[in-house]
Parts: sequence; structure tokens; C-alpha cells
Amino acid sequence: MNFTRRETMAVSGAALVASVLPIKLMASTTDLISGITGGKEASGDGINLTAPEIAENGNTVPISIDAPGAVAITVLAAGNPTPGVAKFNFGAGSGSQSCTTRIRLAGTQDVIAVAEMADGSFSAAHQTVKVTIGGCGG
Amino acid sequence: MAKGVKPRVKVPKTAAAGETITIKTLISHKMETGRRKDGDGNVIPRSIINRFTCEFNGENVVDVNMEPAISVNPYFQFEATVPEAGEFVFTWYDDDGSVYEKKKSIKIA
Amino acid sequence: MKITSLLPLAFSIATVAGFVTAGEDSTLTIEGEVFVTKAAAPAHLENVDEIFSGWTFRLDETQALQMDDFDNPAFVFVDQALDQFEMVEGSAGKACSSCHDSAEVFSGLRASMPRVNSAGELETIPELINNCRTERMGAEKWKWSGGQMSAMLGLIGLQSRGMPVEVAIDGPAASFWEKGKELYYMRVGQLDMACSSCHEDNYGNMIRADHLSQGQINGFPTYRLKNAKLNTIHGRFKGCMKNIRATPFKEGSDEFKALELYVASRANGLSVETPSVRN
Repeated sequence: MNFTRRETMAVSGAALVASVLPIKLMASTTDLISGITGGKEASGDGINLTAPEIAENGNTVPISIDAPGAVAITVLAAGNPTPGVAKFNFGAGSGSQSCTTRIRLAGTQDVIAVAEMADGSFSAAHQTVKVTIGGCGG
Repeated sequence: MAKGVKPRVKVPKTAAAGETITIKTLISHKMETGRRKDGDGNVIPRSIINRFTCEFNGENVVDVNMEPAISVNPYFQFEATVPEAGEFVFTWYDDDGSVYEKKKSIKIA
Repeated sequence: MKITSLLPLAFSIATVAGFVTAGEDSTLTIEGEVFVTKAAAPAHLENVDEIFSGWTFRLDETQALQMDDFDNPAFVFVDQALDQFEMVEGSAGKACSSCHDSAEVFSGLRASMPRVNSAGELETIPELINNCRTERMGAEKWKWSGGQMSAMLGLIGLQSRGMPVEVAIDGPAASFWEKGKELYYMRVGQLDMACSSCHEDNYGNMIRADHLSQGQINGFPTYRLKNAKLNTIHGRFKGCMKNIRATPFKEGSDEFKALELYVASRANGLSVETPSVRN
């Protein structure tokens, strides 16, 4: 496939943005996680966050969280105007500490889940979801 | 009460004692974020469901605090343990003070 | 995947197609029923060998939303239409249910519409609904793509879900069908594109981040994630025309009705999926 000069510029420009962006997101992801844990270390074990790699529309992005033994799971979206999404508190009647819901993402960004375990420790997971902007807005 | 709000839940009619069951809930609600503007440039005020709870025979199953990042027509799928026959109570709390409730009973088979 | 000659599309393919996986080989089952999402093209299609439901072009997460009626957000609107069906409106003091026992009596209708009536006119479901409202109920017409109309179209269409699309294109329908076909291949607008430019020549390719489908309408009205509501066939036609910078025809116009017949006939053999879920 042959590229014109303009296309080559656009591709390398996109590559540049892509290489810079994750670093910026990672930083705020860390900040957001420690905001929930109160500065405590969060391990990556015992929590599962399932989100699509690519969302066809940011309006309705299905996500699932699962953290066996958690008392609460907080979900954050690092790149939204306000990062808070939801906090799930699990009671004695819960059959598992898991939930599936649908969330809004303002653009490509990190989705974060932080679980507070019964012993007061924390676990966190995050995943980048690419939000596509379709060619057919009609 | 916001217009067109209707809760829907899907709970099995029966379960074995101690069984873990899957519950699905969906409430029709526009979940206005408070960030959009109308045709005249005025901000449309935030109007969302801000909390959802599920209880079984008075015991908490799940209690969710919700932000505007929850999609329109909020949907939740989760699991509950059913130790005995009884009743699930689902409650949604609206920003405007309205409370929507739905109940489903389950038998032990 | 076909290689397109259009430069903007070529650019998108280069950047996006590498990591997009659509569930083209997935099977659509809803409540245990298997749907036909790909089939041999009907004989009247000259340039396409196989027809695909728009469902096959969507990513797994979007596909899953249509595979369970509780998960499918379109059913919020179907529920509203069920209430509306019983609602008395207009000077005659009637509801839909005054004449029609239940929505189930419309089983099969969606699969064969639009059709030519005894007066020789091409008629669509929105027109049948509005005729009932004005002639029998003495009520106000609904807007073509309004919330009440699209919800009722969802409820009526659901009664034919799983049946093969089978619109008549011969006999009295032939002249309407020819007109629709002409419109399908007619280049219009600032971008000088026809329906066929995207949905026949380039389906399967990416248009920016959007995976182009064949533009089949067997799932309409469809719940779109983009606007979180049910979208009508003519509403979608209008959106497409705006996208190619053309002045859209009016919803309910003779042009769109003829186009609806032609586009519907391109899906003859696929299952009715109403109400479907798309991006």
C-alpha cells in the first residue's frame, strides 16, 4: 500500500501521540487508585476487570468486575470529566463480589477498579478501552 | 418523578436452598449528566439515578452509589445467595427525590 | 477484506483494521432461536453473492446486547409500546387493542413490508399505524421517527422476529422497486456517493473507525448505542444522506418508501431481527 506524504505525516503523528499518551494516563491512574486506598499500596491480585479493548461507542461500554472477598469495589474512568463511575458495596446476601454494568466513556482511556478487601487491604486493576469515533454519525 | 421511568428485574422463580443465583436489573432513565447544553446554550441540569440497592429478606445484597458515568437506562447484573424462600426488594433513588421500588419473591424448589 | 480504491478509506484500513475483530463467524441466537445472519444473495442482486445482517459487522460486546431480550435496551421501548397499545386516545374513544386483540396479530407483517395495497399505493408500517390513528381512532398522527412511532414499530416488528424477510418485488411492486433501485445507485451530495458506494462496494472495510455493513434493514427499528433510542429506517436513510453531504429526502416521502422497498428486498432470506442493537 502506498502512502502519500500527507498520510505518512498523519500516521507518524498518530504514533507519536500514542506513545506519549499512556504515560500521562498511567500517572493519573496511579493517583486515582491511591485516592481510593488513602495512599495504601494496592496489589494487583484478587481482582478482575473485564472491559472491551475497543468500544464501538462510548455511550454504552459493558464492564464486569469481580473481586472475591471484597466488601466494596470502586470503578473510575480516568479520562472522563469526573472520574467517578460507581461504588459497589457488597452485603451478606451477595452470592459473589461481582457485578456487570454499562458505563459512559468520554474517549479512549483507562478504566480502573479498586477493591477494598475485608481485611482492609486493597487490590486494583485497570484496562485501557479504545473508544472509536465512527465514520457514520447519522 | 422523572418521565418514563420503569424498573425491570429478572430473578429466577425458584432456587435450591443456598444456591447462588444471577439477577439482572434495568431501569429506564435518561441519566442526564448535567454537562450537556440545550439549544439555547443553557446547561441541562443533572438528573440521574444516584443509588441502587438490592435486599433479600432485609439483608443487603448489593448497594451501588452511582455517578453520571453510568449509561442511560442503568443496567446491573450480579449474584445473590438464596438461603431460604423470601423476597427481593430492589430500590432506585432518583436525584429528584423519587424512589422506585420493585419486589420479586423466590421459592425454594 | 477487500482493498478499496478510496484513499481516505485506505488510510483507515492501514491504521485500524489490524486490531478490529468483528464476529463475522458468530451465530446469532436469541432465546434459543437461531437467526439467519448470512445467506446466498437473492437472484435480483447483481453485484453481491452473499448477504449479511448488520449484526455480523459488530464487535462481540455489541452483538451480545442483542442475544438476550433483557439485556437488549430496545425492550424498554417495546414495553412502552405495549402500554401504548392499550391506551385509549382520540375522538372515537379507542385504543389499538379495541380492534386488534394483541400485537401478536401482526405476526408476519414486518417480514413482507413495504407492500403495494389494493389502491396501487406503496405502503409502509408507519403509514398503516397513522391511518389507524386518524381514520379509526380520531387521534393525532405520530411523527415518522418520533418516540411513540418507533416504539410501536419495534413492538409490531418483534412479532415477525425470526421469520425470513420476503418482500414482493414483482407485479404491482415492480415499478416502485425499480425506482428504489435507481435511487440506491444514484450518486448524490457533495461527496458524490450512492448507497452502493459504502454498502455494496466497500462493506467489510473501515470508514474511519466504523466497520461498514451492507446496510441491511432487517433489524429495524434498531437501538443504536450512539443515541440510545430506537431508530427508524427512514431516519437512518436521512442520516446516511446527511453524512454524504446531500439534502435528505423527507421521511415518508415517495423516494424513501421506494428505497425502503428496494433495500428491504436486498435482505430477502435474512431473518427479521427487530428490534436489533447496533453501534
